Amino acid sequence: MNVRIVILLVFLPYNLLAQSFSGLGSTAEGFAVPAPNTNFDFPLDHGPHNNYRIEWWYLTANLSGEDQTPYGIQWTLFRTARSPNEENGWLSNQIWFAHAAITTPNEHFTTERFARGGIGQAGVNAEPFEAWIDEWKLVGKNFDELSLNAAGPNFGYDMSLEAEGPLVFHGDKGYSVKSSEGQASYYYSQPFFKMKGTLTLPEGDINVEGNAWLDREWSSQPLSENQLGWDWFSLSLDNGAKLMGFQLRQTDGLNFSSSSWIEPDGSLTSYGNNEFVAEPVKESNVYDKKIPTEWRLKLKDQNLDVIVKALNPNSWMNLSIPYWEGPVAVSGSHSGLGYLEMTGY
Amino acid sequence: MIASCLLALLSYWHKNPLQLFAYLSGVALATALWSGVQAINLEAKVSYKAAAETLGEGQYDLIQPKQDRTISTADYVSLRKAGWLVSPVVDGYLNNIRLVGMDPLTLPSSFLFANANITNSIGGSNIFETLFANESTAKNLVKNVKVVVDQNVAPGMAVGDISLVQRLLKKDKITYLIVHPEQPLGQKDLEIVAPHLSIKNIQQMTDISKLTDSFHLNLSAFGLLSFAVGLFIVHSTIGLAFEQRRAMMRSMRSMGVSLSTLIIIVTIEMIILAIIGAIIGIVLGYLIAGFLLPDVAATLRGLYGANISGNLQLRPDWWLSGLIIALLGTALAMSSQIWQITKLPILASAKPRAWMLVTTSHFTLQMKGAILLLTLGGICAILFDGLIAGFALLGALLVAAAASLPALLAWSLRKLQKYARTPLWGWFWADTRQQLPGLSLALMALLLAVSANIGVSTMVSSFRLTFISFLDQRLAPELFLQVSNKDQSTDLNTFLSERGIEILPLMSNETVISKQPVELFGIKVGNTYRDNWRFLDATENPWETLQDGNATIVNEQFARRTNLWVGDPVNIASNLTLPIAAIVGDYGNPKGQVIINDELFINLFPKSYPARFGIRTDNPAKLQSEIINQIGIDNDSIIDQKSLKAFSLEIFERTFLVTSALNILTLGVASFAILMSLLTLADRRIPQLSPVWALGLTRSQIGKLELLRAVLLALFVVGFSVPTGLVLAWVLLNVINVKAFGWQLPMFFFPMEYLKLGFFALFASFLAATWPSLKLIRTPPSDLLKVFASER
Repeated sequence: MNVRIVILLVFLPYNLLAQSFSGLGSTAEGFAVPAPNTNFDFPLDHGPHNNYRIEWWYLTANLSGEDQTPYGIQWTLFRTARSPNEENGWLSNQIWFAHAAITTPNEHFTTERFARGGIGQAGVNAEPFEAWIDEWKLVGKNFDELSLNAAGPNFGYDMSLEAEGPLVFHGDKGYSVKSSEGQASYYYSQPFFKMKGTLTLPEGDINVEGNAWLDREWSSQPLSENQLGWDWFSLSLDNGAKLMGFQLRQTDGLNFSSSSWIEPDGSLTSYGNNEFVAEPVKESNVYDKKIPTEWRLKLKDQNLDVIVKALNPNSWMNLSIPYWEGPVAVSGSHSGLGYLEMTGY
Repeated sequence: MIASCLLALLSYWHKNPLQLFAYLSGVALATALWSGVQAINLEAKVSYKAAAETLGEGQYDLIQPKQDRTISTADYVSLRKAGWLVSPVVDGYLNNIRLVGMDPLTLPSSFLFANANITNSIGGSNIFETLFANESTAKNLVKNVKVVVDQNVAPGMAVGDISLVQRLLKKDKITYLIVHPEQPLGQKDLEIVAPHLSIKNIQQMTDISKLTDSFHLNLSAFGLLSFAVGLFIVHSTIGLAFEQRRAMMRSMRSMGVSLSTLIIIVTIEMIILAIIGAIIGIVLGYLIAGFLLPDVAATLRGLYGANISGNLQLRPDWWLSGLIIALLGTALAMSSQIWQITKLPILASAKPRAWMLVTTSHFTLQMKGAILLLTLGGICAILFDGLIAGFALLGALLVAAAASLPALLAWSLRKLQKYARTPLWGWFWADTRQQLPGLSLALMALLLAVSANIGVSTMVSSFRLTFISFLDQRLAPELFLQVSNKDQSTDLNTFLSERGIEILPLMSNETVISKQPVELFGIKVGNTYRDNWRFLDATENPWETLQDGNATIVNEQFARRTNLWVGDPVNIASNLTLPIAAIVGDYGNPKGQVIINDELFINLFPKSYPARFGIRTDNPAKLQSEIINQIGIDNDSIIDQKSLKAFSLEIFERTFLVTSALNILTLGVASFAILMSLLTLADRRIPQLSPVWALGLTRSQIGKLELLRAVLLALFVVGFSVPTGLVLAWVLLNVINVKAFGWQLPMFFFPMEYLKLGFFALFASFLAATWPSLKLIRTPPSDLLKVFASER
């Protein structure tokens, strides 16, 4: 077994690792634990929270080229701590890793990076904002105007982002419950980024523009032991509203779901368990696995009943920890674009 | 029925335990050395693989600091931030154990430390605070660190996280960086990001397993030789056993056993026996390998810097190969006998002596075969290049010599018989000739062993003489030292020049020339070079042309590998091509070397300075302590000529210790073959000797004549072995050595050595013949009389 996977199994953020959770325990072992009614402190909270075990800066974007070809990109930086105390240099207990991907209608490019904290190879500064690992960077003078880049051996991208709306806070003002047993995380997003830039693909450079969505989340507790994996949706609807919805699949066949309806002005309505319903419609064979790449989503309170279909069913992130993540198209009661992440298959 | 037939056949061995012993030991000896050598080779290969997996040797480009510079953590981070996918390694020694610190997060996944089977051992503990080592290394590691035993870690090494190893070695620098084979788009130039670092390509590295290939091939050749000798024993005992059981087999056929059943039963019988023999052989092989392994390990470390495990493991790869080759050998030996069973006329009378009476025409055929084989071997060596062709020539030579031995012996014996003055001697020679078919295989085995011994000892001794005089040339300076930075280099230069001491500064850099990884040297030509170095070939005044920057001097390895010789141009760098002024012999060095003058070297590598020095002095001890005290060079960086010579010679001696041990073993096997042949023949001799005894010779006289015969035959074989061995030595020195190591050696003769060896072979034959002769002397007269009574 790869050392990296061992490290990840022991210390990894939960959303990627649903299938590997059993036996990891649910205690926070000296780390801080999220609590309700927190006042966020910006820009400080854009930076890392080393006293929490796990944290990420998770960016996805739906883009289109000059010929209207749809594309999706992903840029994710994870931080995971081996222990709550902090040491400098190579002794650092912070492990950083990152994923980057470009999805086209026919292809899916992925790559990953690993780094240790304490030596400067990876990290996040709150202001001026800078999140980096190796040469990959999400950087700007503040959180609203950023530039983004990443590259692998056969692809890369170079983008600029500008926020056109406020930050939104999921759950109870940013306190997002993840199970009926009460596991929770801090969770806020910037879903209003306009993005443009250049994709570098084997066939050449492509100018693109579109919308990006950035998630910030940190916690110390892994998922509940009976949770197998999760399906997470972020949709930007053509009417200007946004929907974030996820469901955690449980061993007993039931799901725990949560969602946020975001109006174009940024006002957010939070929905608890079972309001948001996601049902698989069609499965695809991806890397010898059956993956639901077409879903029916319902949110009764908002009269939402849509079909969500993967742009490229083969959007498998074949990395140290494999999962599915790719752009989707929305049709039905509402139309639009979005991103789908599925773990634990 | 099969069972009762098998029992009937097996009862033969019960009645002839000596033959059973000969058969089993023949198979065992054939298998023993072969599997022993295979075990050693495999152990070494496993170690190389472990080293490659632990260190990634030869698989990745590396980034190293340029002379006098280091790699800091900041350098590493700058490179990563410039798009260089590199992984840091800290390398050093602690209590003679090589500690390798790596970063599991960035290490390519083919590395052991990235793939170590540590899932179980990690548990709740922390791999960042754990060292991984194999069992024997783990025992010697520091006590205050958690150690996990992992047999896949290369011997003599321990691997751990970079933070831990830096702490243990008290180092904060990075030794080198491993470059991932796949790099991202848009990476910045190394020269811009870190101008003080340079990249070393895989092509510039020497691959340990390639370097040591020839060494292992040599071992294999010895194993094969011994296998062939063992097979001679097997062949002769199988032949005898079949011959003696012809009557039995005919009876079985008459009683209704079908031909196919008989063949199946015989095959089963032989296979069972072969397996028993092979198992004994494998056990013996294991013991031999265990005995030789420490010396082999020392040789490989000394010659190639390759660390191999001193512990032998019972791996199926080698014991299975031993078993299979034993079975194949037996099958080969019995195939002709099976063929003869198919021809067996059921009603014809048994001819127990038919096997003995192979006609001389058979010998002539062998002789013709030998000449053909020799021609083929020669053609093979001329047409094909490489070590395998060399060994083919060697094999052809040995087999041809062995095959022609009986014909030559028969011819000589006929001559001797012709000139015999008395009837007794006439009978003696005729009887000897008559025994040739039965003894020829054993004599051939002795010939192989003695010639191999003469050949190999000539090579080793020639090498020794050449090597010692080479050491005297090369190690002329009385002190050798290495400085660690430019200031020390300058200080030392000033210090020694002020005292008028002759110094030989040396600059070197590893590079690739003519597609070969070489060490390029920049030297200042002085009297020591002129007076001491001897060339294999040179133009006029090679040192002057080198000093003027108009030529280069290369070592023999480089010249042979690139097929260049004196006068040929060498493209040293894009803007520097020089003709070869001289070729220098460079024994014991696996690498190619190219020498240019110091000015040209500085032009090529502007920032380099001499880091190694040879110093001429009458009082090395005094100068050594002065340098240590005044320049601040530590004691480990200075070595005096005497210690260096002793060290080099020790490596040499250990290398050939293995060879001589194998030599003695093959000779032992051959002597055993003679003993077995004589013993199996002894019983059959009685009917032949009874008439002589009846004519008036005493049993004691007959016994002495038997002994004399054995010694005379051995003497003849030894006589024939000397020219064969010398030809063998010539092939070893001029073909095998050149191909295997890249150097040709002058051949020296060592008559006393051959005499000693001949005496040893004679003594061995004498000893081998003593027991059968004693048996004859003690044969009761009644047995001799019975011959006439039973008219056998």
